[in-house]
Amino acid sequence: MRATVLVRPKDGILDPQGEAVQGSLRKLGFDVGSVRVGRVIDVELEAADQRTAREQVERMCSELLANPLIESVDIELLDS
Amino acid sequence: MTDRPVVAVVQFPGSNDDRDAAWALGALGADPVLVWHDEEELPAATGAVVLPGGFSYGDYLRCGAIASVAPAMDAVRRFAASGGPVLGICNGFQILCEARLLPGALRPNRQLEFLCEDAVVRVESADSLFTRRCLPGQELVLPVKHGEGAWHADEGQLVQLAARGQIVLRYTDDLNGSLGNVAGVVNEAGNVLGLMPHPEHAVDPLLGSADGGLLLAALVDAAAEYVLAAA
Repeated sequence: MRATVLVRPKDGILDPQGEAVQGSLRKLGFDVGSVRVGRVIDVELEAADQRTAREQVERMCSELLANPLIESVDIELLDS
Repeated sequence: MTDRPVVAVVQFPGSNDDRDAAWALGALGADPVLVWHDEEELPAATGAVVLPGGFSYGDYLRCGAIASVAPAMDAVRRFAASGGPVLGICNGFQILCEARLLPGALRPNRQLEFLCEDAVVRVESADSLFTRRCLPGQELVLPVKHGEGAWHADEGQLVQLAARGQIVLRYTDDLNGSLGNVAGVVNEAGNVLGLMPHPEHAVDPLLGSADGGLLLAALVDAAAEYVLAAA
């Protein structure tokens, strides 16, 4: 099983990195609105089914992969 | 035998203020002992713990996140739960927030710049274990050097923490986008402090300020009291 975890700064959380990227995109002539920078974490794991895999990855997120105070997560699972 | 209280300074890969912290604590009457991050126990008779500044684990994932689950942190958690005084400086503050021993989280500086300068912080509460050698409202000059020092919590939580006296230090101006200009926070029990400025770099007037000595000497006092109470 493979899980892809998308971690984003939560709505309303200041993202200076996103603002810097936005400024550079505009300098290049792109007419962009808000830009937010997050991160992608791919995890391979053994799990009997999607439900147990999701539970495991949710625990990984709350214990390490994301900080729930400032970040939101989306989890995608792929059988492989 | 020595009557100097043992203060454990935890070294993570990438810590770089560990030796300065140990030197400062030694100069202020403690017996500093460096503890490697994969140790599962603190030295016998530890009276206080310092998590030093630096870039533990290369700031991978989030500053302090990987260090917060290091084996030594389980020992630090037990020590804090027993009432032992714990001080996190800069990266140490980030680690304590990630370990959820302190409220809030640290985000990149508002101006996206690494700050390296002297900052002025005001003592908001002189009742804490760590600020009791200071006067309420006293302004301390302490160096800062960080890229991710903007403390974040929700507004309601800030009000609550301030009402309980947990916001012990604030910058006198908006240094880095920190909510409420917060520079240092203690936990509810009052025995864990995290702050972004570096008291260990301000214990000798030759280096510009000795104000950090007020905070660290209070930690050494607290370490001696903890050892005495545990004996």
